[in-house]
Amino acid sequence: MNYRNISLFGIVFLLLVGVGFVQSWSVAFALVNLCLLSSVMALGVNIQWGYAGLFSVGTMGFVALGGLATVITSMPPVAEAWRAGGLSVMVALLVAVATIIAAVQMFKRMAPGRNRTLAMAGILVVGFILYRYLFDPAVEAIESVNSASTGYLGGLGLPILLSWVVGGLLAAGVAWVIGKIALGLRSDYLAIATLGIAEIIIAVIKNEDWLTRGVKNVNGIPRPTAYEVDLQVDPTFISWVDWLGMDLIEASSLYVKLSYAILFVIVLAIIMWMSEKALNSPWGRMMRAIRDNEEAAEAMGKDVTRRHLQVFVIGSAVCGIAGAMLTSLDGLLTPGTYQPLRFTFLIWVMVIVGGSGNNWGSVLGGFLIWFLWIEVEPIGLWLMDVITSGMAEDSGLRAHLLESAAHMRLITMGLILLLVLRFSPRGLIPEK
Amino acid sequence: MDILNAIVVLANYIFVPAMTYGSQLALGALGITLIYGILRFSNFAHGDTMAFGAMAVILATWWMQSLGVSIHPLPTALLALPFGIAVTALLLLATDRVVYRFYRRVKAVPIIVVMASIGVMFVLNGVVRFIIGPNDQNFADGARFIFTAGDFKRATGLDEGLALRSSQVITVLAAVALVAALFWFLNRTRTGKSMRAFSDNEDLALLSGINPERVVTVTWLIVAILVTVAGTLYGLDKSFKPFTYFQLLLPMFAAAIVGGLGNPLGAIAGGFVIAFSEVSVTYAFKKVLGYLMPENLAPDTLVQLLSTEYKFAVSFALLVLVLLFRPTGIFRGQSL
Amino acid sequence: MSEPFLIGDSMSGGYGKGPNILHNCTVAVDKGQIAVIVGPNGAGKSTAMKAIFGMLNVREGAVRIDGEDITNLTPQDRVAKGMAFVPQTNNIFTSMSVEENLEMGAFLRRDDISGTMAQVYELFPILKDKRRQAAGELSGGQRQQVAVGRALMTRPKVLMLDEPTAGVSPIVMDELFDRIIEVARTGISILMVEQNARQALAIADKGYVLVQGTNRFTDTGAALLADPEVRKSFLGG
Repeated sequence: MNYRNISLFGIVFLLLVGVGFVQSWSVAFALVNLCLLSSVMALGVNIQWGYAGLFSVGTMGFVALGGLATVITSMPPVAEAWRAGGLSVMVALLVAVATIIAAVQMFKRMAPGRNRTLAMAGILVVGFILYRYLFDPAVEAIESVNSASTGYLGGLGLPILLSWVVGGLLAAGVAWVIGKIALGLRSDYLAIATLGIAEIIIAVIKNEDWLTRGVKNVNGIPRPTAYEVDLQVDPTFISWVDWLGMDLIEASSLYVKLSYAILFVIVLAIIMWMSEKALNSPWGRMMRAIRDNEEAAEAMGKDVTRRHLQVFVIGSAVCGIAGAMLTSLDGLLTPGTYQPLRFTFLIWVMVIVGGSGNNWGSVLGGFLIWFLWIEVEPIGLWLMDVITSGMAEDSGLRAHLLESAAHMRLITMGLILLLVLRFSPRGLIPEK
Repeated sequence: MDILNAIVVLANYIFVPAMTYGSQLALGALGITLIYGILRFSNFAHGDTMAFGAMAVILATWWMQSLGVSIHPLPTALLALPFGIAVTALLLLATDRVVYRFYRRVKAVPIIVVMASIGVMFVLNGVVRFIIGPNDQNFADGARFIFTAGDFKRATGLDEGLALRSSQVITVLAAVALVAALFWFLNRTRTGKSMRAFSDNEDLALLSGINPERVVTVTWLIVAILVTVAGTLYGLDKSFKPFTYFQLLLPMFAAAIVGGLGNPLGAIAGGFVIAFSEVSVTYAFKKVLGYLMPENLAPDTLVQLLSTEYKFAVSFALLVLVLLFRPTGIFRGQSL
Repeated sequence: MSEPFLIGDSMSGGYGKGPNILHNCTVAVDKGQIAVIVGPNGAGKSTAMKAIFGMLNVREGAVRIDGEDITNLTPQDRVAKGMAFVPQTNNIFTSMSVEENLEMGAFLRRDDISGTMAQVYELFPILKDKRRQAAGELSGGQRQQVAVGRALMTRPKVLMLDEPTAGVSPIVMDELFDRIIEVARTGISILMVEQNARQALAIADKGYVLVQGTNRFTDTGAALLADPEVRKSFLGG
């Protein structure tokens, strides 16, 4: 860390403090929390891109998996739904997995030829029919259980903090499967395959109501922190607030946001510490050697595809953890809001602008870009207002421009990425 | 009679829609494959370029409509196509100049160019929404149907109807004409052959005196034609909404890879493979089986393999199968 | 003595910013003659050839064709000056037909190329039979014929061949050498790099033995073949 980097972080700090003074501290802390989350995601992407040069556009899919993890870990189980069809759904899913494993084994064991194709097709067809036979009625039964408030299986009722780990594991599992398929081929295939898997994960979360309630959202996901309403009647808290001379409602909201921020900082610090350790270990040096010259590394006997798989899984797991943190911050799972590419792209911009390959850069990028993403819209609106101020109040063009200002952020972020990639590909805090 | 009815149902709900959709995908995938073959990167901005091209056509169509220009019964959009193509060509050449040429000069690894194309995608994404907004836009005019389901029933006396919309016929005819012209160009003209040569062996093409910048320019021009036509046809057939064009990216990539990236014939085959799989996997076969099976065996469920929400899962599954078993695609990829 | 038609005169240079691979190396060929560059592996044979064709950074010395200095021209411009180069590998368009390969060879020409094409087919009759077939489907020897044919389509004054017989059977090799002699008889100068030194020197008017980027022996092909030292060190006795 030199003075330049410290001053860069200082600028971000000042920006956030500025928001606190200009807008409100509540807004500032909400911003800080999302900045922290962005940093964690950026670290995950940096592990994939910065360490190993893997390009995945499925980050939002892994983040969504983290969100799913909070629901299946921490929501109370819906006993009635489990009675109605829980077991059948589980059996159906086991059948599906068993079918795939059987087909893969068949493919590996049998000699190539028509017999193998027929056998595999047979297994897949029978497995699929069996799966649907068990799955469809069970899902219908589950979804009809009190559909206005539940209509899904619920979760395991475990502590929410555990779901952060589960989110990581879930994302890691899916990443392993995708990596197995797409790594070792042309480098753009991973990008295309992850584009697909992200869309599918999000489609599953949107449409499988028995699991996630779909677009009906899951509300009231347990929190790792206190609730505002409890704080507002807690005598100790009230006395503190009185002593500080603050407004009770604002103080409770700030307290909650601050608790989240502390938890997030702890997670970020742990991941950061591990990332730095890993980057400077022999493993990290080998990763970079592979990134810089795959052929040479391969010639030296490194199993490039396996290393890539490893690093892809780890990076995706970090994104899954961040996804679980995000959903527990919101307290609800809203599958409709995961936009597969838009936010993935934002995280990419964070990594590139911050400095690919440098963990501190990713954290800085996470803060800076999230800040811009939030603040560009009002700035764009203001700018449009200024530009169009010469036009008549009722001018159609003016109305159109003002209305469209929201899309300025996409253009801005796209331009930032292109400019940094072109003129400063090493980013704000370059790799050492 | 039942068999005929079953065939009509299949034609109406699977064959005709899949042919149309397949033609649109094929044109899109051809663009992807040409860019891959010549410029050697997967262009993530392709879907949004398509949205841009369609938007340019729509704006020109509205303008013509306001002037009262019409080629009824054909949609005015066809008349607006050249305008849209010209604007899109300018856009593509400008992005090449501003963005991609630099990476070509420094011989950047493909993945960096892919990343730049994602940047371009977002800029275009924003530009299109900025100009025309994120919502559905209607620009189709002219005759809607060649014949309706009712016409068909009256003419044949069958219980099931077959409707043929003019947009579907226009799509297929336009795709055939365009593909034929493209293949004639690639196989018969000097410039077309030089493109194939460049895609096949860049170094040797340079030794033969083929000018790479010219090949690249011609490629972008062809892509502008393909992408604008495909985008307009898709918009006429379904509707124009910027986001749906982004969502076409996955099926288009899948089509290009399934067919063999860099191989134009493969892109066309891939487009139809994807379209037919997608339509038939998400179609409920209840009615068809009801006609074909004896009464007591007729299914009482929808017999739908996947719900329509999962249609990209079909592209993805095919993509994965190809990557696992034949990474070069059905037709060997890599060359043009 | 007048200067040879094409000469790489006292060249020193290397790839990009890398170290010099050639050190004061001279290679030349006269009109209608065959010059062969031989030497052990890593002697800089192909490098010398590439230096003459402008694919290398020549830091000292010069390349001249017909007395004109072309040291700073790009390979493409040298094609226009009448030079043609057949690389050792990837020297055909595999997905294109034989005829299309020849057409691409003549890409820079705007006049009627059918005459030249007929000459190529006359030289390599097998290519005429296979002219509609994809070049990638041909055998190794036929592919080399396509590669040479493609280079001849520009009607070059100098044909440069980088190990034209690499990986082909001895019979095909002899046939290829015969064809190369025929090409030289039409007045085209030939400069080639060869692994099969003995056979190559046998058809060479001039031979260059390179070692570590420097000329070790230079003489007529026959004289080099007769030189006991050359025989001992480079021709295996």
